[in-house]
Amino acid sequence: MEFMGYRRQDGTVGTRNYVGILSAVVCVNEVVEAIASKVQGAVRFTHHQGCCQTPLDIGRVNHALIGLGRNPNLHSVIIVSLGCESTNLEEVIKEIRASGKRVEHLVVQEIGGAARTTAQGILLTQEMVRDASLQQREKFPISELVMGMKCGSSDTTSGLVPNPAIGVASDLLVEAGGTSILGEVTEFIGAEHILARHAANEQVAQGIFDLVDRMEKRAMAVGEDIRGGQPTGGNIKGGLTTIEEKSLGAIAKAGSAPIQAVYEYGERPCVKGLVVMDSPGREPEILTGLAAAGCNVIVFATGRGAPQGFPFVPVLKITGSRTAAEKMSDHIDMNLSAVIDGGDTIPDAGQRVLEELIRIASGAMTKAEISGYTNSMDIYMLGPVI
Amino acid sequence: MAVDAIILHPTDNVATAVQDLQSGQKATVRLGRDLQYIELAENIPYGHKFSLRSISQGENILKYGEVIGRATRVIAAGCHAHVQNIESLRGRGDLQKEEN
Repeated sequence: MEFMGYRRQDGTVGTRNYVGILSAVVCVNEVVEAIASKVQGAVRFTHHQGCCQTPLDIGRVNHALIGLGRNPNLHSVIIVSLGCESTNLEEVIKEIRASGKRVEHLVVQEIGGAARTTAQGILLTQEMVRDASLQQREKFPISELVMGMKCGSSDTTSGLVPNPAIGVASDLLVEAGGTSILGEVTEFIGAEHILARHAANEQVAQGIFDLVDRMEKRAMAVGEDIRGGQPTGGNIKGGLTTIEEKSLGAIAKAGSAPIQAVYEYGERPCVKGLVVMDSPGREPEILTGLAAAGCNVIVFATGRGAPQGFPFVPVLKITGSRTAAEKMSDHIDMNLSAVIDGGDTIPDAGQRVLEELIRIASGAMTKAEISGYTNSMDIYMLGPVI
Repeated sequence: MAVDAIILHPTDNVATAVQDLQSGQKATVRLGRDLQYIELAENIPYGHKFSLRSISQGENILKYGEVIGRATRVIAAGCHAHVQNIESLRGRGDLQKEEN
C-alpha cells in the first residue's frame, strides 16, 4: 500500500507541507498568531512554557521544539523569540537545521516590538510559503507513516469499538513496515501487566512498568483519589467507573504487535513497529508529544465526541457511539457504531480506519482541519512554574 | 436482533448496557454468540454497567476478565454498578495520606 507524501532531506516523509511558525516562549504567542493568521500555507505552534521553570523543564521545551521543527509535515520553520527567554535557541535552531530544513529566527526585542516583528514575519513567511508550494507530492510505501494513537472524551463504547479498531489498524501498519506510537501512560494504570506481555523483551517490559509507576506516583503525590481527574467527570458520566476500567479499554489501541521500545516524551523512535512514549492523556500535551516524536498522522478514538486537532498533523476522529457520530458530526470523521449492533466487525472496521488514514496522509482533509479546530497544543512539563 | 448489553469475558460479573435500560426490564445480554437474560433492578443508562449476579462487599469487579475495582457494598443482581458502589484500587493518593 502507498500514499502520496512530501520527501524531506533527512529521509522522513510529510503528509502536509506547511511553513511552521514556532513560538520559543509563552510571551510571543501573540506575534506568532498574528503572522500565521495572515499567510495561507503557514501554521503556528504556541505554548505556555519557556521561562521561569526548572532546568529539567527548559530542557523539555528545547527538545519538544526541536522535534516539532523536524516534524516532516513542516517544509521550513520560523522561530519567534522575545530575546530574554530560557529556551536554548542556539541548540533548537542548530538541531532543526541539521535535518536540512530552512530555519529563520525573529527576535522581538531586537527587531523592535510586536508590530515590526509581525510585519517582517509576514513578508518572510510569504516568501517561504512560495518555496514550499513548489514541492510536489510523491508516492511512498506506507512504511513511511508514523501513526500516533490517542483516545479522548471516552465512554464505555471507546473500549468496545474504536480502540480495538485502532489496534487492528496499528497491526496492519506495523505488518507493512510502518510505525505506531502509543502514549497516555496514565491510561496504562491497571492494564500495564497486559501491555508488558506484548513487550518484545524483558527490558521493554520493565520500561513499561517504570513509566506507569512514575506516572502513578506523580498522581498520588497530591494525596487524593485519582478518580475525578482520571477517569474524568465526563468519562464517569459515560459509564467508566475506575482508571483500571478506562485503561483496559484504552490499551486495546496497542493491538497485538510486539512493543519494540519505550521512549521519553516527544522522543523520535529509532525503530519501526509499535512503540510506547511517555505522555499524559490530556489532548494538548499528548498531541504535541506525538508531533514532536515525528508522527505524520494521528488517529483519535472518542466516545462522547472530542473536537480537538493539532495545527500541522492531521487527526482522524473515529467513534463507536452512534449518538456522538450524529451529535458531533462536524468533528467525527468515521462512525463505526455498526460494530455494536453486530452489522460490522472489528477487523473490517480496523481495515477501513487504515484505508482512511492513507487517504488523509495523501491530502484528504480531516474534519478538524476543515473546521480549523486545531488549537490543541502545549508541552508537557514535570515541575513547577517558579 | 438488537441486544441490550454486552459481557466481554466469561468470568466478568458486570455487563455493559448498549441501550438505555429500564428497571424491571428483562435485558438481553450477549456474551460472544450466546444470549442470556437478566432482570434489572434499576434503570441503567447507555454505556453504564450492571451486576450479573449478587456481588459481596469487598469483592473484585471483573470486566474484560480483569479487575477494574472493588465493591464498596453489596451489589444485588441487576443493579447499577458504578462509582456509588465500586472503588478503584489504583492511584489512591487519598488512602496513602490516611496511612501517613
